[in-house]
Amino acid sequence: MAEQFVFGNPEVIQEEVDILIIGGGMAACGAGFEIMRWAEGTGLKIKLVDKAAMDRSGAVAQGLSAINTYMGENDPADYVRYARNDLMGITREDLIYDVGRHVDDSVHQFEEWGLPIWKQPGDEDKKLAEGGKPVRSGRWQIMINGESYKWIVAEGAKKSLGMENIQERVFIVRLVTDKNDPGRVAGAAGFSVRDHKLYIYKFKCCLLAAGGAVNVFRPRSVGEGTGRAWYPVWNAGSTYAMAAECGAVMTMMENRFVPARFKDGYGPVGAWFLLFKAQVMNGRGEDFGKLHGDEIKDAKRFGKYGQGVPGTCLRNHLMIQEMKEGRGPILMDTPGAMAKLAEKMTPKEVKHLEAEAWEDFLDMTISQCGVWAGENIEPDKEPSEVIPSEPYLLGSHAGCAGIWVSGPTDIPGTPKEWSWGYNRMTTVKGLFTAGDGVGASGHKFSSGSFTEGRIAAKGLVKFALDNKNWKPELARSAEDLVEEIYRPVKTFLQHKDYTTAIDINPHYISPKMLQFRLQKIMDEYCAGLATWYQTNAKMLEICERKLEMIKEDSLKMRAKDLHELLRAWENYHRIIAAECHMKHIQFREETRYPGYYYRTDFNYIDDEKWKCFTNSLYDRETRKWKLYKEPYVQLIKD
Amino acid sequence: MPTYVRTDKCDGCKGQDKTACMYICPHDLMLLDKDGSMTGHPMKAFNQEPEQCWECYSCVKICPQNAIEVRHYADVVPLGASVQPLRGTDSIMWTIKFRNGTVKRFKFPIRTTPEGSAQPYANKPKANLAEIDDPSKLFTHSTHKCDMSQFIKQA
Ligand SMILES: Cc1cc2nc3c(=O)[nH]c(=O)nc-3n(C[C@H](O)[C@H](O)[C@H](O)COP(=O)(O)OP(=O)(O)OC[C@H]3O[C@@H](n4cnc5c(N)ncnc54)[C@H](O)[C@@H]3O)c2cc1C
Ligand code: SF4
Ligand code: SF4
Repeated sequence: MAEQFVFGNPEVIQEEVDILIIGGGMAACGAGFEIMRWAEGTGLKIKLVDKAAMDRSGAVAQGLSAINTYMGENDPADYVRYARNDLMGITREDLIYDVGRHVDDSVHQFEEWGLPIWKQPGDEDKKLAEGGKPVRSGRWQIMINGESYKWIVAEGAKKSLGMENIQERVFIVRLVTDKNDPGRVAGAAGFSVRDHKLYIYKFKCCLLAAGGAVNVFRPRSVGEGTGRAWYPVWNAGSTYAMAAECGAVMTMMENRFVPARFKDGYGPVGAWFLLFKAQVMNGRGEDFGKLHGDEIKDAKRFGKYGQGVPGTCLRNHLMIQEMKEGRGPILMDTPGAMAKLAEKMTPKEVKHLEAEAWEDFLDMTISQCGVWAGENIEPDKEPSEVIPSEPYLLGSHAGCAGIWVSGPTDIPGTPKEWSWGYNRMTTVKGLFTAGDGVGASGHKFSSGSFTEGRIAAKGLVKFALDNKNWKPELARSAEDLVEEIYRPVKTFLQHKDYTTAIDINPHYISPKMLQFRLQKIMDEYCAGLATWYQTNAKMLEICERKLEMIKEDSLKMRAKDLHELLRAWENYHRIIAAECHMKHIQFREETRYPGYYYRTDFNYIDDEKWKCFTNSLYDRETRKWKLYKEPYVQLIKD
Repeated sequence: MPTYVRTDKCDGCKGQDKTACMYICPHDLMLLDKDGSMTGHPMKAFNQEPEQCWECYSCVKICPQNAIEVRHYADVVPLGASVQPLRGTDSIMWTIKFRNGTVKRFKFPIRTTPEGSAQPYANKPKANLAEIDDPSKLFTHSTHKCDMSQFIKQA
């Protein structure tokens, strides 16, 4: 590396490609796999940038123990029904259906590349594609030995793309619109966290698939365990922040996911519920679901949503009620479930069952095992606490926050307003998204996110081919971008000698403190843990004011090294994502997701006024949000 | 439960430009202290921001010296336990030690094919550009069976 490039003075590298993929997670890997096939012989230049190493980047870094979306014997229409019910009625059914009809093929690729998928007895050597029957832990979930899930998927994607088209350890900070068309994206800028290089990419179109938003709210652990969130701590809301700031219409950003998980380790409860059939009880040992479950049948408060199979948020609601009324803790009867299963088993089978139970955690939430080992809890001997966690913003798991996108053109009954362009393109020309980025269509999970990346890839190639002769020109100069992105470094270098203590300085704020402040604001005013997920118009008004100031202070972030520059921009993205979330909650005057959050001033589901999408548009110049309703249309029969 | 690096085992990946743990950590936490100015241990790695660790074990699993271990987050978990893997090419072995001395060992398969053997396009159809506007098809041509009578509006 040339010596003149030192901290504070980066080398600026400008590169022009046809298509840029931002992110290297499940959706980006799917895009990489599909895109190169369609691009064959077209001469299109494609590049993928990831802030981390694809082998272990994104939410699947430590592996997973199940693939949560696999149709198999089911019809995709039933998958839509399930997602719609779980997300309280408001979903883009065209998008969900589109994922459903293509998802199995993606799972078959994973198996071919080497992912071990559990099979039913007798089918052990038969691949899914050959009709092998998977072990299901639920109607849509199949069990895997998934420690190397991401490693295997990344291998497939890297081989498809070619290593020469992949750049790791580049954090993208912002998208840049086209000089002549403010409604069109033409570039992206970011920096390397390894050497003093700042990258500016120009392109015809791009896929923004940088995951959801974690650590926006104050988490339950606030010391060394702060990073042990449920969703991956490194997904900082980049997708939502960059899209919103580029002018993309956002949708359902009021939605959040509050997973109920084993306390302190965030270990998954899904297999315990679905596969091992464990029961939960309150602190008195009562089956509170039986005792108080009828509460959600109150149609005045919960509409029709508590009548059938209750959605995840309503199940949370019952748990939260128990705890608020002092009947906690919530305990999962893991020994009871094990004992019941063991009744019909040989000792060898029981041993195997125990291993399966541990593998569920070792494959995707290893630290749950650490918590248990540290507290001397053996789940087959002692029940464990379950607790609802802090909120997360995501669009691929059991949540549907995200960006408003154009859908497929061939789904019967789809309003024309839902497909104005290329599949999975946002309202910004040339800007596509997938996975956690696509709003109003949750329950895609790992396989669905990969599949949605594939779907978007086709749209990207088509867009790039249709715009073959178009030359991107950036609305902002390279100097301007360098100035902005390196501002935290400049601020640090300029002021660091003003005080003797590096962290306490009136001229700047460290990214860590900025994050603490954001988390405190969101926790206390925007329905976090501190208020049992409750908020109201007045609290949101205060929240709004405080966020306004934190946005101003973000201009005074400092970065003492490249690592801190990364933290600075991650936290900036968190602030914008948080603000969007808050504005949506403020706009939607009802409580659509009881158990995820409550508007205490409108503490009921109001289908008459609010069975619609809430969309928003951010104006970067005036820094104001505009919110509006977008009609919901049902496509699949009840 | 942040990671820690054992001084007796880490060899700084033999002074290579890129250490395995720095390469893999998704959150940019592992750092090689080349001259020892940060830790007092030259040419050894450390976790530069322990409270940001997701405990994903990516660095633990990849370290060629098995030098990285995990001490559960002290603001929550009592001392004395450990969860340590040994990842091979086709399986992973776990040793879980409880605070009270109980030990459990498990071994699970991790992949069915040799590492690096994935051939994403072998025996797969080429994409047919004439189908690029047809959302019902991806290049592999294996769309799920769809019962179109489930739609409210019929095509
Ligand atoms: C604990 C847990 C359990 C889960 N359980 C299951 C399960 O059992 N089954 C299942 O199917 N699914 C499960 N999921 C869900 C699944 O992991 C996600 O749905 C899926 O990974 C989402 O894909 P994505 O591509 O949108 O995001 P991710 O896979 O998270 O990828 C995001 C990518 O963006 C990169 N990135 C972020 N910001 C930037 C930036 N600014 N610049 C450049 N790159 C950036 C990241 O490095 C990463 O590569 C689970 C997830 C978690 C966390
Ligand atoms: S901890 Fe392991 S991977 Fe990291 S530098 Fe040391 S030997 Fe290499
Ligand atoms: S456990 Fe994961 S997050 Fe923690 S240092 Fe290792 S790779 Fe990074």
